[in-house]
Amino acid sequence: MIWLAWRQARVQVAIALTMTLAVAVTVLAAHRADSTLRQWLSVLVIVVPGLLGAFWGAPLVARELESGSFRLAWTQDTSRTRWLALRLTVTVAASIAVTGLLSWLVTWWAGPLDHASLDQFGSFDARDIVSAGYAAFALTLGVLLGALLKRTVPAIAATLLVFTAARVAFRLLARPSLLSPVTRALALNPATTGYGSSGFLPLMPAPALQPAAPDLPNAWVTSIAVVNGRGNGLSASELAATCPDIGHRGAGGGGHVQAPPSVVNATQECVARLAATYHEVLTYQPASRYWPLQWSELCVFLTVALLLAGACAWQVWRIE
Amino acid sequence: MPGSGCQPGVSGWHRAGTGAGVDLCTVDYAIEANGLGKRYGRRWALADCTLAVPAGQVVGLVGPNGAGKTTFMELAVGLLRPTSGTIKVRQRTGFVAQGAPVYDGLSVADHLRMGQALNTRWDAGFARRRVREAGLDPRQQAGRLSGGQRAQLALTLAVAKRPELLILDEPVANLDPLARREFLDSVAHAATASGDGVTVLFSSHLIADLERTCGYLILLAASRVRLAGTVESLLAGGQSLDDLVVSCLREAAR
Repeated sequence: MIWLAWRQARVQVAIALTMTLAVAVTVLAAHRADSTLRQWLSVLVIVVPGLLGAFWGAPLVARELESGSFRLAWTQDTSRTRWLALRLTVTVAASIAVTGLLSWLVTWWAGPLDHASLDQFGSFDARDIVSAGYAAFALTLGVLLGALLKRTVPAIAATLLVFTAARVAFRLLARPSLLSPVTRALALNPATTGYGSSGFLPLMPAPALQPAAPDLPNAWVTSIAVVNGRGNGLSASELAATCPDIGHRGAGGGGHVQAPPSVVNATQECVARLAATYHEVLTYQPASRYWPLQWSELCVFLTVALLLAGACAWQVWRIE
Repeated sequence: MPGSGCQPGVSGWHRAGTGAGVDLCTVDYAIEANGLGKRYGRRWALADCTLAVPAGQVVGLVGPNGAGKTTFMELAVGLLRPTSGTIKVRQRTGFVAQGAPVYDGLSVADHLRMGQALNTRWDAGFARRRVREAGLDPRQQAGRLSGGQRAQLALTLAVAKRPELLILDEPVANLDPLARREFLDSVAHAATASGDGVTVLFSSHLIADLERTCGYLILLAASRVRLAGTVESLLAGGQSLDDLVVSCLREAAR
């Protein structure tokens, strides 16, 4: 039975391994200080699990249902649940192997640049072990959506969509507090505190005080809040009351424009006034949390993959 | 309708069977369905069907399109679950679904290996021989086979697992007359080759297909058994099988 699962996966696996080999050759030939290639390789490690989930996972059951071959596969002595278990095992193992190999290759190649950049959390998703969890998750998700939608093409689209949404949501909402972060209180430093906002237009946050983070190499600063002694945040109205002129003069209007000295001085005076009652609270994951976070996120995604595999078994058992 | 032999409803075939001189006490049944029903949404594909398939015979299941033949067979092999009633299958089953599905990307030899991998009992020698006799190239991709060759491959897979009951759903529907004839002969041949007492249940909406091969006939119309018995006993009334079936269907339609 393992033979059948392997027979039905081997062409895909051969293609994936060839592509990984092509990446390996590219990487070995390239200079290890090529930062553009480093970015592209990171993108590759991030998208490959989703693509495997969509193009290996989604058709696994959906194509059987579409072509009618499930009537052949599921009427043999081997039960359909066992059939699914073996096919799922082989395909998940193959996708973990391909993704893991790619991630290992990129982690090794980008090592010198990563080390120099002192921003290990900036490439968290595309290095080391965590992508194996994404691969298992994407694959079981694809199989489940295929079994639910019963058509390959919609299942592929749905897998890409749900996988991306789940990854983005986890990155924004869950990862910062997956291990309880460290907080540190600091005095508000007028010399390093600016005012403004950054973001993309539809999601542009309102302008606010922007204290600079202290120098914490390889740490992941998740938030910097300006609070008073009672723990209340600085409201926009209070800021306006204390510093009526802030943001009104010499607004940069985007881009890197040096503000005139008068504006800089006014802001610094204002921050110094606020510093009497307010201080900044830094929330961050220290550099030493990198590996615990890699393992935690891997475990979360593997657990979800296991639950999805259970759901696949239930759905396949239910299909008529 | 005097002399038609039509038996309305549930117990009809028992009476037909008795009439043919079959001793009910000694007849074993390969499949027994009781009040069997399958509903899709509001539509019943099969409703309140009580039916028994005698063991050790080649049994034809005939009926117009939509009579519930495929539903009945897929319930028997466990692809569907009944909405109501029960179905008991007493024998190890080999099944060829409608259209003889195979894997287009796998070769003929791969299919045989798959049969071996998926079944507890598998006659590899028989499978290879049968494939050769059917003129199939083991290296050929199943997607490039003709309709008749696909049907032969699917039949080989079903027979090589050495079933006691062979269920074939419209196996000749897509075949030309010559391939149809050859296939039906090979079913009869396979049934005898795989040992004594193999039950074959196959469906068709063409009576001529069944008359040639079957020893026993069950006519299903609108979920109900309208006629059942050995072909011999059904022909005893002097009517041709065609006329008999048509008259039963007319009666059922009323």
